[in-house]
Amino acid sequence: MALEKLTLGKALTAGLRAAMDRDPKVVLIGEDIGKLGGVFRITEGLQKDFGEDRVIDSPLAESGIVGTAVGMALRGYRPVCEIQFDGFVFPAFDQIVSQVAKLHARSAGTVKMPMVIRIPFGGGIGSPEHHSESPEAYFAHTAGLRVVSCSNPEDAYWMIQQAIECDDPVIFCEPKRRYHDRAEFELGGEAPRELFSANVVREGEDVTLLAYGPTIRTCLEAANAAAEEGTAIEVIDLRTLSPLDTETILASARKTGRVVITHEAQSFLGMGSEIAAMLHEELFYDLEAPVVRVGGANIPYPPSRMEEHFLPDLDRILDGVDRALAY
Amino acid sequence: MSDTDVAATGGIPAGLDAARPDPGDGGPDMIQLLTPEGVRIPNSDYDRYLEDLTPDDLRGLYRDLVLVRRLDAEGWSLQRQGELGLWPSLLGQEAAQVGSGRALKPQDHCFPTYREHGVAWCRGVDPLSPLLMWRGVTNGGWDPAEHNFHLYTIVIGSQALHATGYAMGVTKDGRVGTGDPERDTAVIAYFGDGASSQGDVNEAFVFAASYNAPLVFFCQNNQWAISEPVSRQTRIPLYQRARGFGFPGVRVDGNDVLACLALTRHNLDEARSGNGPLFIEAFTYRMGAHTTADDPTKYRFSAEVERWKHRDPILRYKTWLAREGHADSAYFEQVDKEADEFAAELRQRCVTTPDPGGETMWEHVYSQPHPVMEAEKAAYDDYIASFEEEN
Ligand SMILES: Cc1ncc(C[n+]2csc(CCOP(=O)(O)OP(=O)(O)O)c2C)c(N)n1
Ligand SMILES: [Mg+2]
Repeated sequence: MALEKLTLGKALTAGLRAAMDRDPKVVLIGEDIGKLGGVFRITEGLQKDFGEDRVIDSPLAESGIVGTAVGMALRGYRPVCEIQFDGFVFPAFDQIVSQVAKLHARSAGTVKMPMVIRIPFGGGIGSPEHHSESPEAYFAHTAGLRVVSCSNPEDAYWMIQQAIECDDPVIFCEPKRRYHDRAEFELGGEAPRELFSANVVREGEDVTLLAYGPTIRTCLEAANAAAEEGTAIEVIDLRTLSPLDTETILASARKTGRVVITHEAQSFLGMGSEIAAMLHEELFYDLEAPVVRVGGANIPYPPSRMEEHFLPDLDRILDGVDRALAY
Repeated sequence: MSDTDVAATGGIPAGLDAARPDPGDGGPDMIQLLTPEGVRIPNSDYDRYLEDLTPDDLRGLYRDLVLVRRLDAEGWSLQRQGELGLWPSLLGQEAAQVGSGRALKPQDHCFPTYREHGVAWCRGVDPLSPLLMWRGVTNGGWDPAEHNFHLYTIVIGSQALHATGYAMGVTKDGRVGTGDPERDTAVIAYFGDGASSQGDVNEAFVFAASYNAPLVFFCQNNQWAISEPVSRQTRIPLYQRARGFGFPGVRVDGNDVLACLALTRHNLDEARSGNGPLFIEAFTYRMGAHTTADDPTKYRFSAEVERWKHRDPILRYKTWLAREGHADSAYFEQVDKEADEFAAELRQRCVTTPDPGGETMWEHVYSQPHPVMEAEKAAYDDYIASFEEEN
């Protein structure tokens, strides 16, 4: 065990490396992941160390990447697919929702699909169109898939390894605008928490703020700002979007009675909608205010010079908190 | 890395590997009308497609090549100065784009990738338009019908199907094979060597063949798809794939503007006459990085780039023009001066384009009223106004 200071991106690299060291059946496949190390350099150095058989530069076809990964999984491998950018997962959508998600059920439980599909997601980095999407709800909507998202280097390191160990397919959403966030943590040892669990990253009594991936940092900043005005926000990093860690969410909501959910994805039928419905069903008499959603605007992701207007930022999150407190 | 490395990674059987031309050598089937040294090679099949070119036209092609290269350099430096978010450079591919772009007739329709700034230029699209897209001001924002030039498509390969469907529409409209040169219409679909692996592109081949679409598939094989060499995408030369789908394919020297013009004219004529689809592989090279975000030193040797410098599309054409007496140094200087002015004006127009306001992001999402979105926009407007009240 060693204390290391790593960026979120390099923590993912370390996690992938650890998983590959441990299990020779783990293979990586994706566009430009070999010599280049992927456009975000998450697989940097891995092809050199593990060879071209295990770090596979694929032809330019996402359906091909995921479809062949299904075959490799059937043959006993544990493929980790890299989708270059969120907007390019859709050519693989058919394979993911019709095959990856359903093979276990279709085979009456005889077939397992231990596959990870890594997707750098979200905006805020000034990219052209199709490079800033937040497609997580499509996948969370699909039974048979598990969906997680990391928000910090330590989680990135552990969650990618746990996702690879999972016998079900995991959609792994990486907050690309946080790839360069840095933190110190222990490499090796035991994972600090279960993969499919949420984490209370800041405690508070007044309002529960739920988020995941790139917006966690914004939520922590919002909680700091609110504290100066005397509002104690409890920030929960959901980490797992399917299954939801309902226990942690409900416990906090019961305590504060007020819940705000934020994500970059468009709010209409987004994760926030599902969580709000669940809270209203489970905690109708405990809630002090309607659950507030602060999401991306319900429009196609705009050109980058407008993205600040689209994305939930500190002010919009605090506005949501105010709305929850207004009751 | 070496070419042998590449072959080793591909696991290509020895025989097929041997037939693979070295990068820089398009092989014996590649049609070339102008050598890298600027020597004209007569060609009995294709010379007739150049016969009508006047010295003015020939000089015009040179001017196109130079202005397009300058536009590209301007895009690159604007990105470096923080004025654009990203820029995909066409450096090295000028002849493929100008040759094919100038082969089109006004009624022909064109489906580009994201790198076709040179084709856009030939179609008369305001060169500011692609710059503003990469600046992050628009997602394209031009009317495809204005210059018969579709929007840039970033999702690799999608546009091949759109081109096919458009061409099917041309057939339904009775605009194919009437013999009227002003009426018969062809469609051209641009894509890269990497794109040739996408399902959409292969489905486009099947549909286009099935419906005899008046379509020319124009593949710029620039040898790379970001970090992946073309050998990752194909065992055989790309133009040979067409045969398997049931239509003809040719390989043209993509750095030879005359050959690109002649071959694209021929193929478009065939498509307009009802003999489509057809496939052209323009054998060229991506001289720069994939985009301003890319670092090609991670995956390719500079020696390969050096080799391709000798095949520069502008130099060979300039040499030939001068040798034939079609242009002299005064003309070349005049074009350089024009390029300087053109670039300065373009830069000025780009950097003075204001960022769009947040309220405009709601525009054009639906063509008909959408009350839920309108309510959301109203709430957004109120929210923005609440800040103004505070101040
Ligand atoms: C569906 C999809 N997957 C991945 C990408 C990311 N990407 C952008 S360009 C590119 C390589 C394209 O190579 P090629 O088709 O040869 O065109 P070139 O860039 O060389 O002009 C990739 C992988 C994308 N834009 N769309
Ligand atoms: Mg290419």
